[in-house]
Amino acid sequence: MRGLNPGGVWAIYRYELSRTVRTIWQSVATPVITTALYFVVFGGAIGSRIHEVGGVSYGAFIVPGLIMLSLLTQSLSNASIGIYFPKFTGTIFEILSAPLSPVEAVAAYVGAAATKSIVIGLIILATATLFVEVRIDHPFWMVAFLILTSVAFSLLGFVIGVWAKTFEQLAVIPSLVVTPLTFLGGAFYSIDMLPPFWRTVSLFNPVVYLVSGFRWSFLSQGDVSVATSLGFTIAFIVVSLAILTWIFRTGWRLKP
Amino acid sequence: MPPIIDCAAVTKRYANGHLALDAVDLAIDKGEIFALLGPNGAGKTTLIGVVCGTVSMTSGAVRVAGFDIQRDFRAARFAIGLVPQEIALDIFATVWGTVSFSRRLFGRPPDPAYLERLLRDLSLWEKRNSRIVELSGGMKRRVMIAKALSHQPEVLFLDEPTAGVDVNLRRDMWALVRRLRDDGVTVILTTHYIEEAEEMADRVGVIDKGRVLLVEDKKALMRKLGKRRLTLVLTRPLPALPDSLAGWPIALEDGGRRLAYSFDASARDTGAPTLLRRLAEAGVDFADLETTASSLEDIFVDLVGRAA
Ligand SMILES: Nc1ncnc2c1ncn2[C@@H]1O[C@H](COP(=O)(O)OP(=O)(O)OP(=O)(O)O)[C@@H](O)[C@H]1O
Ligand SMILES: [Mg+2]
Repeated sequence: MRGLNPGGVWAIYRYELSRTVRTIWQSVATPVITTALYFVVFGGAIGSRIHEVGGVSYGAFIVPGLIMLSLLTQSLSNASIGIYFPKFTGTIFEILSAPLSPVEAVAAYVGAAATKSIVIGLIILATATLFVEVRIDHPFWMVAFLILTSVAFSLLGFVIGVWAKTFEQLAVIPSLVVTPLTFLGGAFYSIDMLPPFWRTVSLFNPVVYLVSGFRWSFLSQGDVSVATSLGFTIAFIVVSLAILTWIFRTGWRLKP
Repeated sequence: MPPIIDCAAVTKRYANGHLALDAVDLAIDKGEIFALLGPNGAGKTTLIGVVCGTVSMTSGAVRVAGFDIQRDFRAARFAIGLVPQEIALDIFATVWGTVSFSRRLFGRPPDPAYLERLLRDLSLWEKRNSRIVELSGGMKRRVMIAKALSHQPEVLFLDEPTAGVDVNLRRDMWALVRRLRDDGVTVILTTHYIEEAEEMADRVGVIDKGRVLLVEDKKALMRKLGKRRLTLVLTRPLPALPDSLAGWPIALEDGGRRLAYSFDASARDTGAPTLLRRLAEAGVDFADLETTASSLEDIFVDLVGRAA
């Protein structure tokens, strides 16, 4: 055996997804219920005061941000737990001693985490159509952003899973960094609505670029240009891949 | 025939600075059962980890089935099955699920008939649909072995296969290892139990403090060191040996009160009767006598003690 090992990649991919299937109801019910709650709270309570943002109803305006919020947190937690757990239980020995290249191992874990996020993103989108009329101006780009963002944050999640030594560390980045950045990143408002100072500060928030591109694919409007958003997302993936290459080259926190 | 595993100057220094392997050279022949003996912390698990890819090597080179473990890592790892020292399993998976997962991980096409035979051999067939969490410790250990053999490796590493295992299961393991050898699989096992090495191995390697102290054919080793010692407790201290025993491997101990004679237990003529006759002729009386055999245990303690 000298060539690639697609069978091995597929085995890990399937195994990772089967973890989700074991908890299918939890996996599906959670995003459906949270989305419904967001619509009741944001769409109903706030939306009754803010009628329109940039010419669309507030309910329709928050759909991309809502999906993005789940996409980011789900990708991070799926991918980080996916690799942290084998490290924690010791079953990682099997992956390390298998005839798999680092690229194949990452493809399997990240692919599975991203797949799960994408499915959840689509479930949220479907749920949203029950509450508001959802308009998708650029379906191709909508799907492209959905996939790229899921991959980007699954890669980051994988890095976090490799880095984490405790369950606390595993939770700290998603809850202390990513969720706040998402709330402050224009998921539920346009950053144009902010005072100029905070608008400038927001431009340092990477999530702004992700949400903006995604919202553009729905509504043809965003806080920054779509090219900037796309470039940012791809740069994010490239940086994560560079970190991962280094991790595998040095065996950092994977092998003693 | 080239060795199936060839370690050249393998050195491992852990991040904390501990030198766990110090330029280890070791060649394992195809088809043999090799026992790696050594006290706690000797470096056995580290050496296995380096060969299997779970521990990164500081320097040196390893070839498995002729393939360099770094350059041709796929082919090298494909040849290896690893049963680590600690049991590590996904407790929610089923026996069948986790064993077939291992096979797929190595890129092998499905072969339910082979897996069935494997599980039957390991007395796990009845448990194939049980989840790991429902199994006893000994069953889990057998699941680990089934996983390691699921892709039909040429070399099997068993890191302390019988630690914490009851007598019956230990016998089963030994039987399994012999069957594997009959099928041409090379087996490398580590153990603290000397009798296990004595019972199972074709060759024995002794490792301590990251250095291989000795590698020898077990039979030759037992022969070479399988000496017996005859000790006579003399009734009167003897200042010197009688002339008729000059040149014999005899030592006077305890101020001449004891006389110790070493001989090869497997030789046809041990010399013991002649010794006793000549002592009688010289008028040396003794009150008691005892003989002791040296085992691998003595050899081991002796070697490790000397290196310390
Ligand atoms: N991850 C690690 N970091 C630092 N030192 C380590 C690490 N793993 C093992 N060591 C040290 O390396 C030495 C060799 O350990 P190893 O596990 O290879 O021994 P062993 O021969 O398998 O022992 P045992 O019979 O107890 O299983 C020990 O001194 C151990 O403390
Ligand atoms: Mg060990």
